[in-house]
Amino acid sequence: MRTYHQLTDPDRSGLADQIGAQRKRVAARLAAVRRIVAVMSGKGGVGKSYVTAHLARGLARAGRSIGVLDADFNGPTIPGLLQVPQTAQPPAIGLDGVKCISMGHFLDDGAPLAFTGPVAESFVWRGAMEASALREFLSDVEWGELDVLLLDLPPGIQRYIELCDILGNAPAVLTVTIPTPESRNAVRRAMRAAVDRGSALLGIVENMVGAELKGTAGDDLAAEFATPVVARIPWHPTPDTWNRLASQL
Amino acid sequence: MKFLCVECDKQMAFAERELPGDGTLAATFKCPKCGRVVAMLTNPMETQLVSSLGVEIGGRTVPSEPLEMVRANVITGGPAWSNDAQERLSRVPSFVRGMVRKIYADYAKERGITEITPAIMDTARAELGLEGM
Repeated sequence: MRTYHQLTDPDRSGLADQIGAQRKRVAARLAAVRRIVAVMSGKGGVGKSYVTAHLARGLARAGRSIGVLDADFNGPTIPGLLQVPQTAQPPAIGLDGVKCISMGHFLDDGAPLAFTGPVAESFVWRGAMEASALREFLSDVEWGELDVLLLDLPPGIQRYIELCDILGNAPAVLTVTIPTPESRNAVRRAMRAAVDRGSALLGIVENMVGAELKGTAGDDLAAEFATPVVARIPWHPTPDTWNRLASQL
Repeated sequence: MKFLCVECDKQMAFAERELPGDGTLAATFKCPKCGRVVAMLTNPMETQLVSSLGVEIGGRTVPSEPLEMVRANVITGGPAWSNDAQERLSRVPSFVRGMVRKIYADYAKERGITEITPAIMDTARAELGLEGM
């Protein structure tokens, strides 16, 4: 009996063609984006979104055209950080003219992300649904021409892997950590995944520096991955802090 | 996913798709040589998995709309939808489903309705002149 790959007759469903069309749509949209940078960390609570939003504003103040894609669908915070109205249609325009899209645009205040569909064993399809949402955010938002599109990724590496698959290549990565050894150990895994996938490491932002959090995570990771610490962000950064970071990217 | 008529050694061709409205899907495939027809029946979970990929068995008849999957499937946090109402909504073509969902949700919100049922949908349809939605 013949096997799957030996059956080559054209199929009216054209599922492979439909997937191919989705990829072309992403590529066509992002052709107007000069640079894509994923802001990631293996650790939650290190301030990825905070860094992303303020970096975006710093870049915008320097005259760049900037978009932020909030890929943290279950904890979207970019609209709040950029002070975008809840009802704004994507791409919304936030502080300093930064454009953004977030799942927060589609959810009522306080509502958790939920999809229509069978409730029982929803884990089977929920991941695919979130990956599809990421694909639509990449392909369907009319960003116009952008100098940089920053993607604010949730903790862990799942969204990063989805992003690589959808883009068809590995985006440049900016890593965020806090000084503690626990953060270093978690962030190391994410950086390893990024290197394994072929991402260029742009550097490390060490956040929440100079108070109760002790450690040398930034320097440790910089030495291990041969990438610079591009900023050490204190607990009370000023706009100059972010302007300096922006000038390094 | 492909189907092979083993007796004829021919790849079966997609013939027809049905969405009964209970979250399941039925697709029929026909052997181009002997005419034998088989039906593929998917349960709600399998149907949802295919849907979540943004593809349609049988092929797309209209191009996808911007943010179609998100607008059609993300529950905004508005009024709850009864199972019957969800089934009815699932029969609306996916490219307008998000818009239809929003119309009913806005209708319910404005009237303090906490759950959308088929009866509420009928009332809204009559009041808003949305016959066919």
